[in-house]
Amino acid sequence: MTQLQQAVTIGAAVLATVLTRFLPYILFPAGRKTPPFVVYLGKYLAPAVFGLLVVYCLRNISFSAGGTYGIPEMIALAVVAVTFLWKKNMLISMASGTILYMILVQTLFA
Amino acid sequence: MREMKSDAGLTQESVNHREKIGNALRTAFPLTIPVMTGYLFLGMTYGILMVTSGFPIYYPVLTAIIVYTGSMEFLLVSILLSPFQPLVCFMTALMVGARHLFYGISMLDRYKGTGWKKWYLIYTTSDETFAVNYSAEIPAGTDRGWFYFWVSLLDQGYWVAGAALGALFGSRITFNTKGLDFVMTAMFVTIFMNQWVKDRSRGHLSEYIGIVGSFVCLVIFGADGFILPSMAVILVSLTALRPFLEKKEEPTLEKEQNCENLQDDAAGELHQKGNRSL
Repeated sequence: MTQLQQAVTIGAAVLATVLTRFLPYILFPAGRKTPPFVVYLGKYLAPAVFGLLVVYCLRNISFSAGGTYGIPEMIALAVVAVTFLWKKNMLISMASGTILYMILVQTLFA
Repeated sequence: MREMKSDAGLTQESVNHREKIGNALRTAFPLTIPVMTGYLFLGMTYGILMVTSGFPIYYPVLTAIIVYTGSMEFLLVSILLSPFQPLVCFMTALMVGARHLFYGISMLDRYKGTGWKKWYLIYTTSDETFAVNYSAEIPAGTDRGWFYFWVSLLDQGYWVAGAALGALFGSRITFNTKGLDFVMTAMFVTIFMNQWVKDRSRGHLSEYIGIVGSFVCLVIFGADGFILPSMAVILVSLTALRPFLEKKEEPTLEKEQNCENLQDDAAGELHQKGNRSL
């Protein structure tokens, strides 16, 4: 690719991304009444989307021979969940889970 | 005399304004710390990948600023290395970015009335920024618009700084960073759990749909193609369940439509009370 072609390619990526981000605000501007169905979605979509994001983060766990069968992920997630229910502090949960995960994949599951 | 008075008034006003901005920054920063860890790390990975693929140092930095969506940027590396096909790139970015539609619909109300900042807030809606801004319990004394603005700006700053650091010094890192990216997973899990704990009245139906639906789609469609089917499953399920879910919520819904602001304030107060009792 020439530099101009690269610029056009990057521009296409920017245009599409901006479009996906702005479309809801263009379709449902603040000045006009948002359709009740969209208001309903605005309330109930997010909890489902957070579920989707969790699955998305774990999508590459390998269950094949030679993989780790998701064991380090499951252990670290259990620690995240237990510390969160115990301390109700998101930062503590994230830090302890991440540090434990790093230790696991660098030593036991290296 | 009158001039002096108005001068003093102006200064007082600008002091208040600065105080408001500073207060929002102090509230916002701690919530972005996990994003900082994840973005600096992933951003560096991106910077290293771009430079080792033969692109100049400013490429990862520039794309980090203007594209600013991690998953698409990583794909962009391989797209830029293949023959010129801008339409394919455009369609790929549309598909990868489709989840932003859901974020936008969820943030319609929250980003309302944030003035000029709204453009920047929408432009920088990443997975992580959406997650933090959507789930944040902003204290009553903090300016919402500035809070959202700082979260968005700090997050983008981390990502761009990461890309720059990776591009410049990537080859010299000796610290073993394997597994550090788990911080993002941990963040989404805690936000998901936080959401679950706060949301008692709805039978967690939404959460179940998100987790179970996405998991089933992951098994059927595989890691590279399950996002769009998952979004479709979520959308169809929520549409089908609307009569049931809204029936449960009817009294609050009506109140909300009549006096949206009042309702907002009350919710804010409730959140605060909840925080204190924790």
